[in-house]
Amino acid sequence: MKTDILQHNLVPEHVILSDEETEKVLEELNSTTDQLPKILPNDPVVKAIGANVGDVLKITRKSETAGIFVAYRIVRE
Amino acid sequence: MKGIIKKISEIDFGLMSPETIRKMSVTKIVTPDTYDEDGYPIEAGLMDPRLGVIDPGLKCRTCGSKGGDCQGHFGHINFARPVIHVGFADTIHKILRSTCRSCGRVLLNDTEKALYKDKLENKLANGEDISQLLKQIHVAAKKEKCPHCEEVQEEIKIDKPISIVEGNYKLTASEVRERLENIPEDDYIYVGINKEVARPEWMVLTVLPVPPVTVRPSITLETGERSEDDLTHKLVDILRINQRLKENMEAGAPQLIVEDLWELLQYHVTTYFDNEASGVPPARHRSGRPLKTLAQRLKGKEGRFRSNLAGKRVNFSARTVISPDPNLSINEVGVPEMIAKEITVPITVTEWNIDKMKEYIKNGSNVHPGANYIIRPDGRKIRVYDETKETAMENLEPGYIVERHIIDGDIVLFNRQPSLHRMSMMAHEVRVLPYKTFRLNLCVCPPYNADFDGDEMNMHVFQTPEARAEANDIMKVQEHILSPRYGGPIIGAIHDHITGAYLLTHKDTVFEEDKALQIVKRSKMPLPEAKGEPWTGKEIFSLLLPDKLNLVYKAEICRKCEECKAENCEYDAYVVISNGQLLQGVVDDKGYGSGSGKILDAIVKQFGASEARYFLDHATKLAVFGGVMQRGFTTGTADEEIPREAEERIAEQLEKSNQQVENLIQVYEDGELEALPGRSLRETLEMKIMQVLGEARDSTGVIAERYFSNSNSAVIMALTGARGSMLNLTQIATCVGQQAVRGGRINRGYIDRTLPHFHKGDVGAKASGFVNSSYKHGLDPLEFFFHAMGGREGLVDTAIRTAQSGYMQRRLVNALHDLSVHEDGTVRDNNGVIVQFKYGEDGINPARSDYGKVADLDKLIEEIRLESNATSK
Repeated sequence: MKTDILQHNLVPEHVILSDEETEKVLEELNSTTDQLPKILPNDPVVKAIGANVGDVLKITRKSETAGIFVAYRIVRE
Repeated sequence: MKGIIKKISEIDFGLMSPETIRKMSVTKIVTPDTYDEDGYPIEAGLMDPRLGVIDPGLKCRTCGSKGGDCQGHFGHINFARPVIHVGFADTIHKILRSTCRSCGRVLLNDTEKALYKDKLENKLANGEDISQLLKQIHVAAKKEKCPHCEEVQEEIKIDKPISIVEGNYKLTASEVRERLENIPEDDYIYVGINKEVARPEWMVLTVLPVPPVTVRPSITLETGERSEDDLTHKLVDILRINQRLKENMEAGAPQLIVEDLWELLQYHVTTYFDNEASGVPPARHRSGRPLKTLAQRLKGKEGRFRSNLAGKRVNFSARTVISPDPNLSINEVGVPEMIAKEITVPITVTEWNIDKMKEYIKNGSNVHPGANYIIRPDGRKIRVYDETKETAMENLEPGYIVERHIIDGDIVLFNRQPSLHRMSMMAHEVRVLPYKTFRLNLCVCPPYNADFDGDEMNMHVFQTPEARAEANDIMKVQEHILSPRYGGPIIGAIHDHITGAYLLTHKDTVFEEDKALQIVKRSKMPLPEAKGEPWTGKEIFSLLLPDKLNLVYKAEICRKCEECKAENCEYDAYVVISNGQLLQGVVDDKGYGSGSGKILDAIVKQFGASEARYFLDHATKLAVFGGVMQRGFTTGTADEEIPREAEERIAEQLEKSNQQVENLIQVYEDGELEALPGRSLRETLEMKIMQVLGEARDSTGVIAERYFSNSNSAVIMALTGARGSMLNLTQIATCVGQQAVRGGRINRGYIDRTLPHFHKGDVGAKASGFVNSSYKHGLDPLEFFFHAMGGREGLVDTAIRTAQSGYMQRRLVNALHDLSVHEDGTVRDNNGVIVQFKYGEDGINPARSDYGKVADLDKLIEEIRLESNATSK
């Protein structure tokens, strides 16, 4: 039996951003793609949602200080 | 400021080939002598003038630049016979062990070779570490027979430092070199050598680079004698033996003599590189001191890396003992005149300050507000002497720079090691004072963690206007009243300030008007308008509070009653400040103490750092003059005196507890004790006994407390949070209580008992380290022994904790030191790579937060309620 890790309560929500959205995020952060934190292509969540190398993920998770916190990561080795 | 960022894509580490060594050499060195009879350096000797010059008057024979500008040039020595380099002896042994003794190829069969080649190339392409893989290959490449030429391999061992032994035969350096030469280039990769930058045979030296004279300068003693550097001495030894070896070989001397000399050459070259190599007796100076050779220059705490590159000595700094001075502001530091006259600030001369500067020069370097140097616009630096200062003053014009003494009001950096947090280095304003110690306000002791039992501190003087401006705005002491660690004040009142404020603001404190105004005046505060009637202490203290301050909190002396009576608190522990008037409650540690002062905290956050500085400077004085000094305050053993009646009750209480323990043990021995969940019977017993004995000590404390008077100094200090705790008083007056080792009662020592004074198996209170006596009465010998055991553990724990947390801090700082919070709130490293999208995920500066939270709503509402009450009245 295979479990859907995305359903696990400790796995935060990962969303693949479209090119336009990526563009917007980078502009907001005044950064280039290589300045974003990375997430490995063999990360279980990356595999589960089918993201490819170069995709930017939007990760929405619970935070001790801020309640809900949004982070971005690029799929990269 | 836009920095140019250049990325280092890769660094190659390689070996230097004999060819490169010869190519970069400016001369071959042959003569072991340094100078001739006239004191001139000998050509082709170790002090050959082509190796560079140190003397500023001379010109370099190689590059033509003057001494000081010429960094020197390498020479070389050709060895008569090759010599193994100590640093590579291990590597050589590993390589020889995994290659064939006859064909030189690596001892892997073709399938292994293909497999590892693939893995290696893969890792190298990704820039990964290959050292683990190399270890695997090293294990795989140990074979009885060469898979290529079928040659039977003999075991190769390394004899401690440098000898390589095959079977029973010790290989000579030449043989080693031949074998290494024999290894085909394609096989280099399997032994971890990059063929682009190194060849294994270069690990056996045939030529030695001779460092320039600038690296090994000779010192001329007062007697005119020359004393050479250790490295030069070693090189002389090498040259001498090399010479003899060469002569003997040419003369066809017997094999034995040649080998002895060769061995000696090997020894000298080894110690030249590393004089602490194990198994090699260190080369010594004539005086018997071991020589400091190349490795010793770099290694360890005193080596080049840790002592000269990672940390450096600096100019414009001073260090001396610190002592307290309550008359200084928290922003100030008292600097001894002696230091002020030595340390300078460069001031550019302008039309507007030229007269002042002339005055400084007139004073010279020995009178305090003077000047030590003048820098002309052409860059020449002139020392100010009594004889020359007249002409110097005449020549002075705008554009000159005068290095004047530090004077009152200059801003300096003050620091106490260990510098664990940013408050360990703060900017202070100078106050030049007599005597020889640095003086500081007592309120800045907590951030520096300083006391005056002989502590020393360092001072650094800023040299540019930019540095001064920056320090003034962000490093000043007043900017650090709030600690980023917990969002409360770390700089604040301590000890007597707190006792004093408590005594001053206590409900019975009333002063006649003249007395009250005297206190205000002595505290250097502006005099209030006279009102013609006595002043309460609270009214006097209110003079310092900003008019718009509204605050409610519970003081440190709060008894934590079951139901808080708030405004009607009988202990005056409910503090109410309305529109800057202290209506109710006493000011104590919670009021303006270091670490928890609510009033101080509110003033910094609402009215700014300057206002807080003013409050703290004067409130502490007010507490001392109006509280402690008016009443008189002292403590002694009399404060822990309790009546006989109390002592009897305490003894009774302890006897009762002891009986309880005995009962528990009886129940346990009868097997009627019920185990707690997850505990064995023994553990349950132990826990129950601990609980009973803990309660025993506390209950004796409660008894004693009832007999302490309200004006008892020790109790006032404990309750207000000034110094000491009720537990300390209990231990002095009634009963020291249980001594613990490893978190439990004491059970170590003899078999089944702690000391031979007890029966075997005795687990009673006394036998396991319960101290019935008080510190005041004194401990009996057995109690004393148990107390020493507990005390020793405490000492050892603190020693270990500091070492451990120091290392943890070092690791953390190394990992985080480049990170910074940017204007958009992101945390990035020095390449702009984002670490956190918002600092702390909420973007809150903890120093500005309300004890770590964004805002304390309950507190805000209460304050708004007070404010509206006050205005409507």
